[in-house]
Order: sequence, then structure tokens, then C-alpha cells
Amino acid sequence: MKPVFTVTKGMLPVSTSYCPGCTHGVAHRIIMETLDEMGLLGKTLGVAPIGCSVVAHQFMNVDMCEAAHGRAPAVASGIRRVHPDKVVFTYQGDGDLASIGMGEIVHAAARGEKFSTFFINNGIYGMTGGQMAPTTLIGQRSTTSVDGRTREQAGMPLKICELLATLDGPAYIERVSLDSPAHIRAAKKAVRKAFEVQLAGKGFSFVELLSTCPTNWGLTPPEAMKRMKEEVAAYYPLGVYRDAEV
Amino acid sequence: MATSKLFFAGSGGQGVLTMGQMLTYAAMYADMNATWLPSYGPEMRGGTANCTVVISPDKPVSCPLIYEADDVVVMNLPSLIKFESLVKAGGNLFVNSSLIEQKATREDINVYYVPANDIAMKLGNARTANTVMLGALVSVAPVVPVEMVYKIMEKTFSGRKAHLLDINKTAFHAWKAV
Amino acid sequence: MSEKVLMKGNEAFAEAVIRGGVRFYFGYPITPQSEIPEFMSRELPKRGGKFLQAESELGAINMAYGCGAAGGNGFISSSSPGIALMQEGMSFLCGAEVPVTLLNVSRGGPGIGSIQPGQADYNQVTRGGGNGDYKIPVFAPASIQEAVDILYEAPEIANRYRNPVMVLADGLMGQMMEPVLLPEPKPDLTSADIPKVKPWAISGSEKGERSVVKSLRLQPEVLEAHVEHLFEKYAEMEKELERVECESLEDAEVVFVAFGTMARLAREAMELLEAQGIRAGLIRPISLWPFPYAAFDRISDKTRAVVSVELSMGQMLQDINLGVKGRVPVRLVHRVGGMLPTSIEVVEKTKKILEEVR
Repeated sequence: MKPVFTVTKGMLPVSTSYCPGCTHGVAHRIIMETLDEMGLLGKTLGVAPIGCSVVAHQFMNVDMCEAAHGRAPAVASGIRRVHPDKVVFTYQGDGDLASIGMGEIVHAAARGEKFSTFFINNGIYGMTGGQMAPTTLIGQRSTTSVDGRTREQAGMPLKICELLATLDGPAYIERVSLDSPAHIRAAKKAVRKAFEVQLAGKGFSFVELLSTCPTNWGLTPPEAMKRMKEEVAAYYPLGVYRDAEV
Repeated sequence: MATSKLFFAGSGGQGVLTMGQMLTYAAMYADMNATWLPSYGPEMRGGTANCTVVISPDKPVSCPLIYEADDVVVMNLPSLIKFESLVKAGGNLFVNSSLIEQKATREDINVYYVPANDIAMKLGNARTANTVMLGALVSVAPVVPVEMVYKIMEKTFSGRKAHLLDINKTAFHAWKAV
Repeated sequence: MSEKVLMKGNEAFAEAVIRGGVRFYFGYPITPQSEIPEFMSRELPKRGGKFLQAESELGAINMAYGCGAAGGNGFISSSSPGIALMQEGMSFLCGAEVPVTLLNVSRGGPGIGSIQPGQADYNQVTRGGGNGDYKIPVFAPASIQEAVDILYEAPEIANRYRNPVMVLADGLMGQMMEPVLLPEPKPDLTSADIPKVKPWAISGSEKGERSVVKSLRLQPEVLEAHVEHLFEKYAEMEKELERVECESLEDAEVVFVAFGTMARLAREAMELLEAQGIRAGLIRPISLWPFPYAAFDRISDKTRAVVSVELSMGQMLQDINLGVKGRVPVRLVHRVGGMLPTSIEVVEKTKKILEEVR
């Protein structure tokens, strides 16, 4: 019988430790499937962040190293100097990238570093238990903004794609969402493009993946998906912020 | 042979650091041990550029820092005021008398007044004043062989700067103690 | 044999690590070592290497971590406050067993302190400012030649133990010029060689086995085993890397303990004391960790005082006391803030100490 579906070799045959309804698993899978389809698994070097996905190297079947909190783009810049012919990516959450690691991501993007960054934006600190992130929406409850984030107390959420798009360095920037099969297929296309831009030597490629955190949002997985589609995407519009021909 | 401790001071642009380096190179070419240390530490305040050179013919230089100097070169007045006291008793002080009208006050040292800028002007290149001074120093205190000073001059003044070699050699011998 | 060259300390340091096999430099400007990134930016591209100016010291140490994790021979240099900012990275490098060569051209503190020479980084570099149980070998050369020789060897030591290695030079050495004999350049480690030479490094799983470089170990028993493994390595380093130079300990009335430039000052003070009929000796720790405690057993019964000569408020005293074990009074002669003692000053203070302990 001809198989209609096989699991990608890009994911190790283990269960992930992510919560039910969390989209980390989807994000992992589309990145690894893409590398598999492009025949790049053996040539890829990944950098895992601090956050829930600190353990990404237990699931992603490529050579990987961890980075200190927020430093993945600096680590990837170092890796890139040693291996100019390999595929390099960082996988970072919003606390890691948009808060403690803002300096590193901005400078890596400005330098036009030839690696790809996949930015998981779920608007909350997951691993530490649901504290406010720089991407938490106004009104959103967290363990450090129990009545909802206010502009007066915590300022406004950061729009990273828009921010990076002010720089001349990046080659490709797109925001996608993991809220539906159609959007996941679009996300996978964006992931593929990010790697293609890297392989073409065009420079820094960046894909923001709007993601859910049902556990810390206090929602069921379907409610979380609905919130992401309606509320989160309203503040963080999907789309291409910097395009590159490949 | 004993260790020689030398100190050069002046203002930036007077070739003070270069004088010290030339001497250190010459010492190295002569297979001696030497250290060169630019103004560093609190004394770098006060608008003077200075450097310390320690030359030890036989053994490694113990200490690149000095508390007194056998020979001190001062290229401007603030340096004379500040560093006359650094000369050890019986040591030599070389004063650039073209720019310093004031006389040294100590009686227990040998003071040589060298009109370095006037001599350099007469030779046709004002920028050789530091070479005149270095020559004066080496003629009084032969801490390195003259041919090794030539060797570093030949290396320094080569290529595009080759035309400066002869005038520097002349400048080096332009002053003699009377 | 190559002939001696006269080089400024900072440039000689940079040349030495390149000859020792370093091909990647990551740095952020800070006085008094900025000649090093300048030199690297000129030289590395010519010699098959890469230079990258980091956005901060945090960036620099993490770039070096990435470079080392990927199998490259990386080097970073900084000065005291910059080294402080890198401490998180040092803990990560040790935990993940990533080799990197580090150079600290130290200056005065605390805080931004001054740009003048200082040795008040002793605790920072020997105790480590990062979290967790880890050790970094630290070498404190006293001449530019010794610094060149150690920096030439450092990448090899870092690779042998898969651990960072630090060289501590004070600002004075960075600015000084002294004739040096440069060693022969070691062969280049190309990215194609890395899977063979460093199979643990991340270079792509096509090499056969998948590599993961990490310090996270969530299961307590796994982390415990890992830390025990690290300490077996550190025990090995303690045996292999301890370096010390002792002079005239036999019948010394007073023994100086000093490292770096202060050891040279102490050596001159010895000569001056000798001329006054006072026999003095010197213990010069070259490795600050591992500290040469055993050298202190060689202090003779004739010694009446051990005097530490430091550009700090006596940060080395704790280690000296561990070495002396209470046999002889231990005293301190020091200046801080960028002030430098003269050898005469050391002599006078030492004579006063000898009066006191009589």
C-alpha cells in the first residue's frame, strides 16, 4: 500500500513536552518538514532559546545548541562565521527575542546576518508561568498584570516585524499565524522562503509565527485559536513586511 | 653593564614617544633587553606626552616602571618643571633650550641645554628636533651603539620616506657636548 | 628562527593568538585594549579568519560561544567592566563545555572605575562571577614574551579541556613595548576539518551523529553527574596547568608574592633590598587558578614575612594565606585606583613590615 502520510525525519520520534493546544509543536514540525523537503537536515545548525522551547533540541532532528536568554542571534552570528556553507536558524519566543534579547536581534538584523530567525509570538512568558511579555496585548491578563495590561503601567506591546522593517539590513520579514490549516500552510511557505533567502545569500530572514499558549491564557485550545485569529492578529497584522526575490 | 633608565617628556607632536621607541629598537638590534612604556598612570594628566625606556644589556628588564631616571629629556617647559626631580643624583638632564628659556635648578645633576628646534631649522627640517635631542642623549650617555640607531633609521626612513634618512643622520650628530 | 620584533603588548597578544590557531574574533571596544579589535579587524581577514564587532560584551561572548559550539577557535578580549558583563556567558561556556580563549586587559574599579592599570579583577577571574560550579584557568604573564607564549598555547589548552581559558594582563602590559620572539604559526583548522577534529561540535548531522551543545540538564541526577564530570576535568587542570616561578626562597628574610607587572616591580624591590643587606625572595603565580599553593611550602624557616604586592585591596591574600597556612605573617603592599607603587615605595613599606614582625 502506498503511504499517504509519513512523519518527517526532521522530528525525532518522541512526544514533545509542550502543553495540549500549544502551537510550538506545529511550528517545530513545519520548520523541520521544510528542511527535510529541501534536503537540508544534515546541513542545518539550529539555536534553541530560553523559554518553553529551550528543549527544542530534544525534538528537532538537526545539530543544535542552546543560547543564553535572548542571545540566540549572537550565538548564530558566531556559528555562521565558522560554517559559511551551512544552514543556520534561531528559534525564539517573545520574552527571549523581544525583551531580554532585543539588542541582539536588532543588531543581527541590521548586519544582515545570513541566518533565519523564527519568532514564536504567543504574547506571554510560558515557561516561567504566564507573566506579561513585551508582546502582551493591552487588557490581556497575566500573572504580572492580573487586571489586564494597561498602557499607563506597562506601555504598549512591541511589534517586532514592523520594528525590524525599519532597518535596511533584513532581506525578508513576514508575519504568519498558526490559527488554521490554511494559515499553517501559508506559514510553512514563509518558512521555506526564509530558508531560500538564506541559501541565496540574500541576508537575514525573519518569520514571526503568532502562536497560542492556552495554559497561560486561561483558555481551552479552541478558544485560544479563536482569540489568536480575532484579537491577536488584529493587533499584529499578518503579511510580508520586507520581500526578497528568490 | 648596568641597567639604564631613561625618560622622555614633551607635548604631543614633538616626537617624544618616537625618541623612546627608536632607542628601544636600537637596544633590541643590539641584543639587549628593553622596555618602552608610554605615559600611563596618573602622570599622563597635565598635557604632557611622555615615555619611559629601560635598557638592560645582560639580563631581562626587571621593571618597566621607574622611580628615578639616569637620563631625562624634556622638550617643553611643563616637562622641565614636572620631571627635573625625576633625574637621579649624578644623572643627566637634556633641556630643549629652543623652547625652554628657564634653567634647571638642581646642582646635583648634569644639565645639557640643546637648542634642538633651532638646530633642526638650520638643517632645513623642523621635524628633526627630536632626532637632534636623541643624538645629544646618545653622545653623552652611549646606552645603545650608534650603528643600531642607524639601523632603525634605515628601516624607518625607507620607501616614501627615504629622502628623510640623510637629514636625520645629520641631525643625530648635529649637537655635541662642549 | 624568526628574529625579535618590537611590538606593543596589545598587538603582540593579538598576533600570538592568531599564530596559536585563532581565526575568529568577537569584541566590543573598551580601553585599555581597543588596539586588539583594531588589529584583528585588519589581520584576521588576511589570514583566513573573520572579525566581528559585537553590539556589546554580551553579544561578543555569545558570538564566541556560538563560534566555539560550532568548532571554531574563537577569541575575545575585553577589560574589567566588559569582563563583568560577560560572566553569564562564561558560566554557559563552562556548562556547555565550549572552548574559547579570553583576554582580560584589566583596569581599575569598582564600577566604571578608571582606565588605568589595576589587578582588582583577581576575585572576578579566579572565583568567577557567573552562576554555578565552574572553573576557568587564568594565566597572568609578567612580560610580553610570556604573554605571547601563553596566548599561543591557550587555544590548544581550551580545546584539550573543552573549557574557556583566560589570560589576565594589566593595562600597563597592553600599552608597553618589549622585544618578542613570535612563535611559528600553527596550521589552520578549516570548517571541513571540524567534524573530524571536534566531532562534538555542531557542524551538521550529515557527519554521522547528531550533536547538541547545551548546559540545560533538567533532571537533577543528570545535572549532578555532569557537574561531577566537570570537576573531574578541573581536577585534571589543577594537576596540569599550575604554573609558578620562585626566586631566592632559600634564605629570604621576606618573600614577595606578586603577579603580572607587579611581579616585575617586586623583582626590582628584591634587588634594592639585597643592596641594603636584606635577602628577599619572590613567588610569582603564573596561573592564578589553579593557584600554586604548594609553592608556599618552599618558604624557609628564615622567612619572617610574606608580602603581597598588588594593585588591589589585597584580593590575593586569601589564596596566599591558604598557601602559607599561618606559618609566617602575611602582609600587603598595595596601590589602587590606577596609582602605581614604585619599587622604592615597596622597599620602604617592606622594611616597615619587617620592623613590625620582629
